[in-house]
Amino acid sequence: MAAYFLCLVLFSIGLYCVLRKRNLIKIVVGLGIIEYAVNLFFALVGYRARGRAPILSADQVISNMVDPIPQALVLTAIVIGLAVTALIVAIAIKIYEKYGTFDITKINKLKG
Amino acid sequence: MNTAPLFVIIPLGTAFLVSLVGKYYKRSSDVFSNVACCILLGLSFYTLSIIRNIPTHLLVYKIGGWAPPVGISMVIDSLSVFMLVTVNLIAFLVTVYSVDYMNKYTDKWKFYTLFMLMLTGMNGVIITGDLFNMFVFLEIASIASYALVAFGTESEELEASFKYAVMGSVASSFILLGIAVLYSYTSTLNMADMALSLTAKGPAKILPFVSVLFLMGFGLKAALVPFHAWLPDAHPSAPAPISAMLSGVLIKSLGVYALARILFNVFGVTDVILSILMFLGALSMLVGVFLAVGQWDFKRLLAYHSISQIGYVVLGIGLGSPLGICGGLFHLFNHSIFKSLLFLNSGAIVYSVGTRDLHAMGGLREKMPVTANTSLVASMSIAGIPPFNGFFSKLIIIFACVQSGHFGYAFWAVVGSVLTLASFMKVQRYAFFGALGKKRQDVKEVPLAMQISMAILAVICLVASTLVLPAFSDFVTSAAAVLSGGKEYANLVSGAFK
Repeated sequence: MAAYFLCLVLFSIGLYCVLRKRNLIKIVVGLGIIEYAVNLFFALVGYRARGRAPILSADQVISNMVDPIPQALVLTAIVIGLAVTALIVAIAIKIYEKYGTFDITKINKLKG
Repeated sequence: MNTAPLFVIIPLGTAFLVSLVGKYYKRSSDVFSNVACCILLGLSFYTLSIIRNIPTHLLVYKIGGWAPPVGISMVIDSLSVFMLVTVNLIAFLVTVYSVDYMNKYTDKWKFYTLFMLMLTGMNGVIITGDLFNMFVFLEIASIASYALVAFGTESEELEASFKYAVMGSVASSFILLGIAVLYSYTSTLNMADMALSLTAKGPAKILPFVSVLFLMGFGLKAALVPFHAWLPDAHPSAPAPISAMLSGVLIKSLGVYALARILFNVFGVTDVILSILMFLGALSMLVGVFLAVGQWDFKRLLAYHSISQIGYVVLGIGLGSPLGICGGLFHLFNHSIFKSLLFLNSGAIVYSVGTRDLHAMGGLREKMPVTANTSLVASMSIAGIPPFNGFFSKLIIIFACVQSGHFGYAFWAVVGSVLTLASFMKVQRYAFFGALGKKRQDVKEVPLAMQISMAILAVICLVASTLVLPAFSDFVTSAAAVLSGGKEYANLVSGAFK
C-alpha cells in the first residue's frame, strides 16, 4: 500500500513541476517524472510478493507468479516516453536558438 | 478479403518508403502519398460496402492469429467504418492540396513521412479492439502531430508545439494511468472482454475514477473547454494542410471517437457521465464561439470555432438518445468537411497573399474566385444555413435537445449558431468582399490541384445534406446505433471471435 501512495506522491511532484516551473527543461523533467510514476504504478499492478518469473516448463508447479503483461506494456510505454522526451527536448533547443532563453515568461509571442 | 490490417499497413509502409527514397527523388514523395491516400479512401468505401452485407455488421481480425483476449485484435463495426471514411476522405483531399502548397517549405518528404505516420495513428485508433493498442496508436498520431505543428520551425510554431506537446503528454499519462487501473481490476485489455468482465463484476467503484481520468485525457485531445488552451495556438501554427487535418479529423478520432467508444461501449454510460458530457459540450460550444468572434487572425478564428463545433458534437453524443447521437455523429462528419475546407481556404490566402490578418485582406473575391466561392459555401455550412450540411446536423442536435427535455441546451445551441454566423459574416466581409487594396493587384488564384481539392470539399458540403434522406441516412444511423447499443458491442464482438 505504501508503494502505491509513494507513486501518487511522485505523480503529484511531476505535475507540480510541469505546472509551476518556469524553465523549459525543468518542465520536460517534470513530464519525465509523471511518466515514471505511471510506469511504476503499472509495474506494481503486476507485482506479487515472492512471485517468480512466469516461465512454463514441463515439471513446474506454478503457485505464485508475477503478471508479465504490465511489464511488457511498461516497456512499450517507456519507449513512447523516450520518443516524446527526445522530440520535446529538440523543440526546447530550437526555442532557445530563437528566443535566447529557457524562461517561459519571456517566450510569449502567442496569446493563447 | 479482410481489409482491417491494411488501414495501418498502407500508411505505415508509405511513411517508411517516403523516408527512404523521398530525399533522392523529389516527386516520389508526392506520388507515393497521393496514391496511398487514394487507395485508403477506396478501401474505406469498400469496407463500408462489406460491412453492410455482413449480418452482424462486424469485421474482426486477429493479429498473428492469436485469439483475444490473449492477442491483439482489430474490430471494424459501423462506427469505425464511419470514422474511417471521414478520416481517409479528408486525408486524401489534403494530400492533393499539399502537393503545391508544401513547395514553400524545404524537405517536403519529411512532411509526408510525418503525415503518413499521423494517418497510421488515427486509422489505428479507429480500428483497434484493444485498449493498450489504442494508447500506442494515439501516441503515434500525437507525436507526429507535435512535430508537424513545429514544421515551419519559426518561433511561434515552436512555442505552440512545445505547449501542445507538454499538455498532450500529460493527457497521455492520464490515459495510461486509467488503462493501468482498469487492467488491475479486469485483468484484460481487450475492450469487448473488458466490458464483459465489468458487467460480470457488477457496479464497480473504480469506474467513476477511471471515467474522470479518461475525460481529462481524451477531453484534452478533443480540446473540450477546460482543456482547450493548446488548440488555438497549435492549429493556426501548423501548415494549412495540417491545420485541416488537426481540426478536421485528429481531435475527433483521438478525442471524441476514443472517448465515446470507451464510455459507451466498454463502461456502459451512466446519467452522471452523460450530464458531464452535455455540460462540457455546451460550455465548449459557447466559450469557443465567444472567443472566436473577436479574433482578427483568420486561422486563429477558425481554431476557436473548432472548439465550439466540437462542443456541438459532444453535446449531441452526450444527450444519449438515439437522435442526439445521430446528430452528434452527423455533425462530426460535417464539421470535418467544412472546417478542413476553411483551413484550406486560409492556406490558399496565405499562399497567394501571404497574410493571415483579416484587416490586411479585402476584395480577394475578384482575384481568387474559387477560394472565395468555396469559402462562402464552407462559411454558410458552419453557420448553419440551409441547404448546406451544417444546418441539418445542428437542427438534429437542437431537436434532440428539445426531445430529451433539455430546453436550456437547445437555446444555447441556437445562440452559438447565431454567433457563428456573425463571425463568419465578418470573415466574408473583410476577406473577400469590399475593395481590393492597391498592393493586391497582382494577386493570383492558387494552382489547379489546390483549387480541385477545395472545390471537391465544397461539393461534399452540399452533397452531405442528402445524408438526412432516408435512402442515405444508414451511413450515420448505423454508426449511431453502435453507440446507443452500449454494451451490446461486447457480446457482438466476442461472438464474432468464436
